[in-house]
This record gives sequence, structure tokens and C-alpha cells, in this order.
Amino acid sequence: MNMDWLITHSPALLIALPLLAAFLTPIIDRVSKKARNAFVIAVLIIEEIIMILFAWDVFTNGIHIYTMGASNPTETVPSQAVVPVRIVLEVDGMGAFMGLISATVSLAAGIYSLAFIEEEKGKGKFYTLLLLVLVGMVGMEFTGDLFNLFVFLEVLSIACAALIAYRSHFGDAVEGSFKFLIISSIAALFVLFAVALFYAQYDLLNIAALASVMQYSHLDKIALALLVAAFAMKCGAVPMHFWTPDAYSVAPASITAMLVAASQASLYALFRVCFTLYGLTLNLEVIGGALIIFGLLSMFVGVTMAIPQKDIKRLMAYHAISQTGYMLLGVGVGLYLLAKPEFSSYGIKAMEGGIFHIINHAMYKGLLFLTAGAVYYRLKTRNLNEMGGLGHTMPYTAIFFIIGALAIAGIPPFNGFASKLLIYEAAYKVSPILSIIAMLVSILTLASFVKVFHSAFMGPKIHNVEEAPKSMLVGMAILTFVIIFFGLFPGWVVNHIVHPAAQALADQASYIQAVMGG
Amino acid sequence: MLRTTGGFWDPVLWIIAFIVIAIIAYIIRGFGRKDYKKGEQAKPYLSGIEEPSKEEVYVKAGNIYWGFIEALRGYYDAMMKIHTGIINDYVAWFVGITVILFIAIFLVEVI
Repeated sequence: MNMDWLITHSPALLIALPLLAAFLTPIIDRVSKKARNAFVIAVLIIEEIIMILFAWDVFTNGIHIYTMGASNPTETVPSQAVVPVRIVLEVDGMGAFMGLISATVSLAAGIYSLAFIEEEKGKGKFYTLLLLVLVGMVGMEFTGDLFNLFVFLEVLSIACAALIAYRSHFGDAVEGSFKFLIISSIAALFVLFAVALFYAQYDLLNIAALASVMQYSHLDKIALALLVAAFAMKCGAVPMHFWTPDAYSVAPASITAMLVAASQASLYALFRVCFTLYGLTLNLEVIGGALIIFGLLSMFVGVTMAIPQKDIKRLMAYHAISQTGYMLLGVGVGLYLLAKPEFSSYGIKAMEGGIFHIINHAMYKGLLFLTAGAVYYRLKTRNLNEMGGLGHTMPYTAIFFIIGALAIAGIPPFNGFASKLLIYEAAYKVSPILSIIAMLVSILTLASFVKVFHSAFMGPKIHNVEEAPKSMLVGMAILTFVIIFFGLFPGWVVNHIVHPAAQALADQASYIQAVMGG
Repeated sequence: MLRTTGGFWDPVLWIIAFIVIAIIAYIIRGFGRKDYKKGEQAKPYLSGIEEPSKEEVYVKAGNIYWGFIEALRGYYDAMMKIHTGIINDYVAWFVGITVILFIAIFLVEVI
């Protein structure tokens, strides 16, 4: 197997590998528990390695196309047809960027889970579902087909719902899962209805092909409203965020970290619809403005609702909403300016900030949820009032928490500062009030995490507990390493990873051309 | 080094500056009085009352930012009111926002 073959087939391989592994996991589980754990971790490591190699190739050489079932994977339109009729996977810089996030968070979550769910039952099912979540995320990020996007959204939602309810002996876990399932089903129906509207009008399902003939008709506008509402709800935008704290707080900690990445897959779908499917046909001021408003509401309501929380994971869930607001603000500013001359100066910088914040958030929020899980693992409570003094007995967890908290609050030199700075400066050019709100939210975020640090880790030694198990510390260390690396070398990260992603998202013509030719 | 809209951000430079400032602060601290009594003078002065134990005065999460929440009571009451925890309400908000998006998208054409 040479490198060219691997890179050519990577789009399909990166979906097929965890999919096949998911169905093999229950079989291996019957043979040996240790073999199952080794198998799952090996698959996640291989997935991560292939993803890094593939993403690097996409960032360097541009869009990769993979036509399912074609003798030549790059042949998107069969000789007898004039439009793409097969399922086409199309991976540009943005898709590869999101794939990197999904694979990294899944690897950290998988390793962390080894100890975290040690005492739980049904671990074979747990790992099967964990791999299916990865399939759903990567599928959504790599597909170039709108119906296929709906299918992977469903795979992701159902697997997430099952994992939220994994500890079904807790009533709140089942309740959180039920709410997630109901609201996700309605969102999926919205998406399906939008897909049907496109198919009825254009006889097409391929995103690039649809974008090439998009007329922005009344039906297209209806589909746009449905898609924007569905994906904005799925990524937890205020005021459609209510399911988020209910689901995030009750899922096992490793799964909560994956739910953050799963929500970002929906955020990606929202951006893909706006920039690629509709592009310049949109009324950019209305939809860009809508994303900015969603962003501001999410930032402010998320952080202010986090402050009074006493449940550590519920508090962090509200912060996840708040941080999603930064991404919506940054990319929303980019969309707002897409057709204006200012786009090339600060519009693209705002997008870079928003997109950089996606990966930063996945890393530090993932880390924070893992630290909350480590605390829960030892104390068996999420109530901050029942915690205190854990810095004495869980020093590594405390250090990981401090790093995550400083990163999310945007304290230099951590990665959160770099992405927020890009957003602040670019948003200021559109309206200073946007930057002022964003900075105020950062201050409140810091205040909120000072409360958590004080309540959980500072004070006299109350609980005589041990440090978290090694595999959990390794899971946290992986994300911490990425946070520190991104914090110290933001210029390298933006130039080599974030800028290609932002450029790819804004470049609708290249996305269409890769499939349709011409 | 990261180029931003208005300038640049270099974390390595920031860390060097931080270390230099910390060293200067440490040197200034060295000019302080040498007759400082570590044990006695470190205790808080509570009008002669014995200092309570750390366990007794430890502030729990529920009491932190009490003033902030009280000052924004009206806002928090409104927020708590809409965070009902009922799935029907979640769906209602979702559908309501979709309708607002419909109106915004179509209304702009009319205007």
C-alpha cells in the first residue's frame, strides 16, 4: 500500500474504517474485553494518523473528490450522465479541518473512556456507538451530497442519543437523551424536507451541482430557513439551545467531549449550506446578520446562565453555548461581508477567527468536560457545593483544569486568546458593539471558571480521594498538548490549517468546479 | 507570529515580556522590610476575635457571585422562566425561530 493509494482512498476509508470497526466491536467484545479495548484504541489511532496525512494533503494540494462506486474515484459525472448521480465525497480545506477535530477528540475520548466506564455495563455497545458517532461526524464533514448529509446527521444523532442515555439507571440521563432525540428528529425532518424541495426543483442532490444551478427561488428560500434553523439548533445557538445543558450534563464525560465535536459538525453543515450551497445568491446581510445575532445571543445568554449553575457539567454546557456564539459571530461577520470589498481585508480574518475558535473550543471544552468527568469519577457528584480541596489530591486534574479554564477565558498565551483576538479586531470594524459584547463575555467566562476552580479544587482538603486513573490523564494530556501547541504557535496554525479552511469555505467556485469541471 | 486585522500577536514575545516583568517584580520585592514576622503578621486582624478554621469560612459555589445574581434578578427571573425543561417548549422555540427566519428572508424581498 503506497501513500498515493492511501491518500486517494482516504475520504472513503476514514468513514469505512470506524464504521466496520463499530460492527466488529461487539463480536470482539464477546471474545475478550482487553482485545476489544485494544482494537477500539488501535482503530482510533489509525484513524487519527490517516486523518492527519490526508488533511495535510488537502491543505497543500486542494480539494479531494471520491465518487462512491466509480471505477475511477475522481470521475464524478458518469459518461452516460450530465450531472453527478453517485454519492460524491468532497473534502476541501474546511472539511479536512473539521475531520481533524473529530478524529482528535474521538481519540482522546476513547482513551479516557477505558478507565472512566470501567465499572459500567455494556461497554461493547458503548464503544460501538462511540465509533458510530465518529462515522456520523466524519461523514457529515466529508460528504458532497445533501441527502447523504441527512443520513450521516441521523447516524450521528441516534448514536449520540444512545450514548447520552448510556447510564440508563439515572433518570436524568434518559430524560436528557429523550429530549435530544425528539428535538434532533424534528431538525432531521426539517433537513429532509429541504432536501426534498431541492430534489423536486432541480432533480439534484449533489451540493456542488445544486450550487451551480441555484436560483434562490421561493422554494430555495423556504429550504434555506429550514436548514439554517435546523443546523443552528443542532449546534446549540440561543434561543434554540435548551436541549444542550440537559444532554451535555448527563452524558458520560468522554461522550460530552464528543457531543461538543458533534455540535460543531452541525455548525460546519450550517456554514457549508450558507457559503457553498447558496453562496452569493443569498441575501448576505440577512443571513450574515442572522448568524451574528445568533452569535451575540449565544455568547451572552450562555455565559450569564453559566454563572449561577451549581452542577459543574451543566455550567460547562452553558459555556459551550457561549463559545459557539464566538464561532457564529466570526463566521457570520465573514458571511455578512462576503460580497463586499472589505471581505479580503477583515472579513476573511473574522472567518479565520471563527474557524480557529472551532478547533480551539473542541480542544479546551473537551478537556474541561474530561476534568469534570475525572472529578465525578472520584466524588460521584456533579454538585459544586459538595466539592472542594481537590487540588490537594488531584493535582494533575487541577493543572489540566487551569489550562482549559485559562484557554476558554481567552487569557494569553493560550489558544483561546489568539482566536478571540482575531474575532474582536475584525468584528470591531463592522461595529464596535460586537467586540465590546465579545470581550464582556470573555470576562464573565473567566469569572465563572474562577468560581469552578475555587469550588472544586481550592480550599481545605475535604475529600480523601486519589488522582484520576492514568488512561483518563492521558486523554486529558492529549488535548492539553494541542491547546499549548496552538497557543504557542498560532501563526503557524492559522497559516497552515485555519487559513486554507477559511479560504475553502469562502471559495464556492472551486468547490463547484471540483465536481462539475469546467 | 499571528497577523491580525489591526496588528500582530506573538505569544513567545509575550512570554519573554512576562518573565522579564516577573523578575523585575521579584527584585522590587527584595527591597521590602527584612524584619517581617512570617507567622504572626500573616494572620488576618479580626478585632481580637480568634480566626475561624478554614473549613468554617470556606465559601461554597452556591454563595459565589450572589451579589451579581441579585443585581440582575429581573434578567435571571426572565431567563429562568423560559428555561422550563419541558420538551414541548424547546420545540416551540425551535419552530418559532424557524418562522422568524422565514419572515426575515421573505420580508426583505418585499421591502
